[in-house]
Amino acid sequence: MKAPPFAYVRARSLADALDLLERHNHDGEGAKILAGGQSLMPALNMRLSSPAVLIDISRLQEQAGICVKDGHVHIGALTTHAAIGNSAAIRQHLPLLADAVEHIAHPAIRNAGTFGGSLATADPAAEWPACCVALDAQIVLAGKAGTRTVAARDFFQGLYATAMQPNEIITEVVIPIPAAGTRHAFLELARRRGDYAMVGVAALATFSGGAPRDVRLTFLGAGDKPLSATKTAQVFVNKGISESSLKEAQDTLATELDPAADLYSTAATKLHLARVLTARIMKQLVA
Amino acid sequence: MKAAAMNAPETLIDTTLTLNGEAITRRIPVRQNLVDFLREEMGLTGTHIGCEHGVCGACTVRVDGNIVRGCLMLAVQAEGRTVETIEGLSDSGEIADLQDAFHKRNALQCGFCTPGMLLTVQDLAQKNPRATREQIREHISGNYCRCTGYQAIVDAVETVLAARQIKV
Repeated sequence: MKAPPFAYVRARSLADALDLLERHNHDGEGAKILAGGQSLMPALNMRLSSPAVLIDISRLQEQAGICVKDGHVHIGALTTHAAIGNSAAIRQHLPLLADAVEHIAHPAIRNAGTFGGSLATADPAAEWPACCVALDAQIVLAGKAGTRTVAARDFFQGLYATAMQPNEIITEVVIPIPAAGTRHAFLELARRRGDYAMVGVAALATFSGGAPRDVRLTFLGAGDKPLSATKTAQVFVNKGISESSLKEAQDTLATELDPAADLYSTAATKLHLARVLTARIMKQLVA
Repeated sequence: MKAAAMNAPETLIDTTLTLNGEAITRRIPVRQNLVDFLREEMGLTGTHIGCEHGVCGACTVRVDGNIVRGCLMLAVQAEGRTVETIEGLSDSGEIADLQDAFHKRNALQCGFCTPGMLLTVQDLAQKNPRATREQIREHISGNYCRCTGYQAIVDAVETVLAARQIKV
């Protein structure tokens, strides 16, 4: 279908975008920020969304780019998925993101879709929100009154729901570089390559003498937001990685995750897949 | 949605872009997506429109050298950008060998997906000229073909990648 009618304004600066957002939301018109458009445009074309005004921020190139500063990687909100996948700094410091990007849709979509856009959309089956929770990312939000920072784990609040206020815009994401020796893995099951995940998991772990010390398992597609399975991860810290601890962790996972059925999978199927991924990803981390 | 918004006349924005090497300026309704603009306003019907929500890949075009979905970009967003379509790539001869291989290998039947497919595989050839069959499949995973079963497409692409290696 075609999008419903809307007005369109191209923001000239971040301040301009914030002004426009406040003005149009104040008038009760319902403004939407257009960044890469890879979630918003389908929603408009399917008429799932009908904002009165689109505020196009895609030209604000100062909001795009990756830099490394004081032990943190700063990713501008308008950085595309492709740019993250092609970044040597990401490969070096946050290889989890480099691995995850391959699961995001398809090349033509990765060229347009943005990091900040994915977070603001907060699709529970999307890759970046889960990665940001796993990596303890800080999400920087700009508003007319100034900027504030929200931890990723507090940012995602439910199905397409975040801690953002209607007049705020994500400007960048700041991610601490994991300690040297941290291992990572990202696994996802999808019906077809590039589809949204049925279930996926981002994992980070440190080891000492072959035994896992810190383990972080953050699931996507297994709830209404990214979910860190802390008790499951703790099983590996307490008992190492063995056939019996894998079994115990899988049983623990069943107490921590309570996925809802979707169009394609029952809740039981989703939980089963999450258990399978748990065993797979731990074996991959230790290999 | 407010009734006023429904009845308001469509806003038009003067937009200048480079289309297949030629600078053009058109007054474009803000709601029109790039692929509709190309087909309806510019008469470039080689770019097809299928699902209109970014899944099928039939509308793939090149913007500033990168392939994108023509159905997920507003035409007014092409302001100042360089847009290339299957017509441009055909006329320049850039993908003549790919087109020839698609023909010889039966890599198309109805041809609906072919323009988007060709832009996508040319993108792969530029970024990863030694791509394996698996990587070819991954790269075209966002371009649906309902006729060929993909095997012949992968064959055609593999043939061209190998031939281009020899030429280089």
